[in-house]
Amino acid sequence: MGNKSRNLFLIPYVFWIALFVVAPIILVLFYSFRGLDGSFTLSNYQHFFSSTYFQLTLSSFWYAFLITLFTLLISYPTALVLTKMRHKQLWLLLIIVPSWINILLKVYAFLGILGTYGPFNAFLDVIGIGAVQLLFTDFSFVFVSVYIFIPFMILPIFNALDKLNPAFVDASRDLGASSFETFRKVIFPLTINGVKAGCQLVFIPALSLFMITRLIAGNQVITLGTAIEQHFLVTQDWGMGSTIAVFLIIAMIIIMFLSGNRKWGLTSGKKA
Amino acid sequence: MNQNTIIRFDQVTHSFDNTTVLDKVSFEIEKGKFYTLLGPSGCGKTTILRLIAGFMEPTDGKVYFNEEIINHVPAHKRQVNTVFQDYALFPHLNVYENVAFGLKIKKKKRAEIDKKVKEALAFVNLEDYETREISEMSGGQRQRVAIARAIVNEPEVILLDEPLSALDLKLRTEMQYELKELQQRLGITFIFVTHDQEEALAMSDEIFVMDKGVIQQSGTPMDIYDEPINRFVADFIGESNITSGVMVEDFKVAFAGKEFTCVDRDLKTDEPVEIVIRPEDLAITEEENGKLRVRVDSQLFRGVHYEICCFDEYENEWLVHSTKQATVGERIGLTFEPEAIHVMRFNESEEDFDKRLEGYTESGYGK
Repeated sequence: MGNKSRNLFLIPYVFWIALFVVAPIILVLFYSFRGLDGSFTLSNYQHFFSSTYFQLTLSSFWYAFLITLFTLLISYPTALVLTKMRHKQLWLLLIIVPSWINILLKVYAFLGILGTYGPFNAFLDVIGIGAVQLLFTDFSFVFVSVYIFIPFMILPIFNALDKLNPAFVDASRDLGASSFETFRKVIFPLTINGVKAGCQLVFIPALSLFMITRLIAGNQVITLGTAIEQHFLVTQDWGMGSTIAVFLIIAMIIIMFLSGNRKWGLTSGKKA
Repeated sequence: MNQNTIIRFDQVTHSFDNTTVLDKVSFEIEKGKFYTLLGPSGCGKTTILRLIAGFMEPTDGKVYFNEEIINHVPAHKRQVNTVFQDYALFPHLNVYENVAFGLKIKKKKRAEIDKKVKEALAFVNLEDYETREISEMSGGQRQRVAIARAIVNEPEVILLDEPLSALDLKLRTEMQYELKELQQRLGITFIFVTHDQEEALAMSDEIFVMDKGVIQQSGTPMDIYDEPINRFVADFIGESNITSGVMVEDFKVAFAGKEFTCVDRDLKTDEPVEIVIRPEDLAITEEENGKLRVRVDSQLFRGVHYEICCFDEYENEWLVHSTKQATVGERIGLTFEPEAIHVMRFNESEEDFDKRLEGYTESGYGK
């Protein structure tokens, strides 16, 4: 196939990217320089660096970090156990299935579960702790987010572990490494790409969550995502909303860059 | 059992999903020798290796290491190191780090690690490759890194799981010499697993020929080649002409419609046997001078010799290796020495077989 005809096949893709990726980003950039009155201004950026938005950004990152961390802590061992199971593909499917259910439905389900008269509090009541305010706290926000993101973390880690040549584990044991040392020095380093991919899949969306903050956290937690939504839909300040979006995009690019897959060796430790 | 024994299997059985992979296998491994476990895939040879390495536990029986039972000792506490089939070199570590892995785990001092790693790499002629990535190494070089990674830990036994199978023929032959030489220089026990009989014959001090989870025969390469115990061994090691015959009396065996003088005795009269004649022991001559009269069916040029396929009047196939050319379709005669005939009894145990052969040597009729 000639180069020309190959380029022809690229047209739909380039068109798609231009229309739905590049154009919106340019629009967002453009709007970020517009004030409420429609004039060209840098005041949005001035605003962004004021303490309110800075704190907002920090708390956004903090919660996204917490969500990613807990998701990872739950997902890695789960994926490890899954790869050892007899019917691992079936078990994996069972874990993935909930992610096919509409996220709004799942969030509403948690409203019921975590509510004052829900089963969770009923259980606490039975064991004598008594009902606790769970909804509209940052705990419930992180809890529900972790639940929703778990499949996205498990899948890449599972794939990495599944592809890992079992001979590496044998070799490590053979050379005198205990199970824990084998995990630390061989299994984890060799599946780090799966972990990175999973963290990207969780951290970046977690930065811009707004539905869960609204419904589960009852606006007790305000992330960048919530702020953007508020500016576009409530205060109608598209300029400010776009400015926050610009920073969110920059943050994502930085994270992608930092967690990008590098070739083996460049990241491995120094010589002994 | 003698003092030099380092590994001993006592009636070891290993089953997996109701299939018996190893069936009551017993053998002894002595210090400082080169052993080969030889057999077709699925014969249980790799299972033996994994039992010694500690990646598996036997279903039944006992595995001894220096006269201690090690059935339940985990792999990382055993004094053996393995060179894996696909080398299993860690891709996230470079050559130096791969070799140093075992020593670092043992928390050796940095200077000591450095000295030993450099020694091991020098041993396998890879001095200048320390900082190379594994992905930058060729097959033969990876093989050497894998060996260096094993010997650097100074194990008493090194297990090699078909380490040459991924290499091309030329390199494989080269590595056979290197491995053999390495084993002699190190003076430690090598247990080598392969399905390649030439490899086994070339390198081993002792070969265990395995099939269907049982050791069929053990002995030096020459013993096994010259005196195969049964049809399987004769067929698996080298090319053979195997045909059925009858032991008429001592020193006389009948096959292909005739009686021949042989060197075997102490069998029952008229006992049905199988006889083996190696293709290189058959010589071509004129039809009237031949002990066997055959028709040449086909001929292949093999480089060092011609491989000539003949049939006698009973439709027995006779494979001949000869430097002389024959003409396809012609009738020729085949001659051989009485010593070339090797008689195999059906279902003879290795013990009885050895005893019978020893009897020949004592009375001076041995080969």
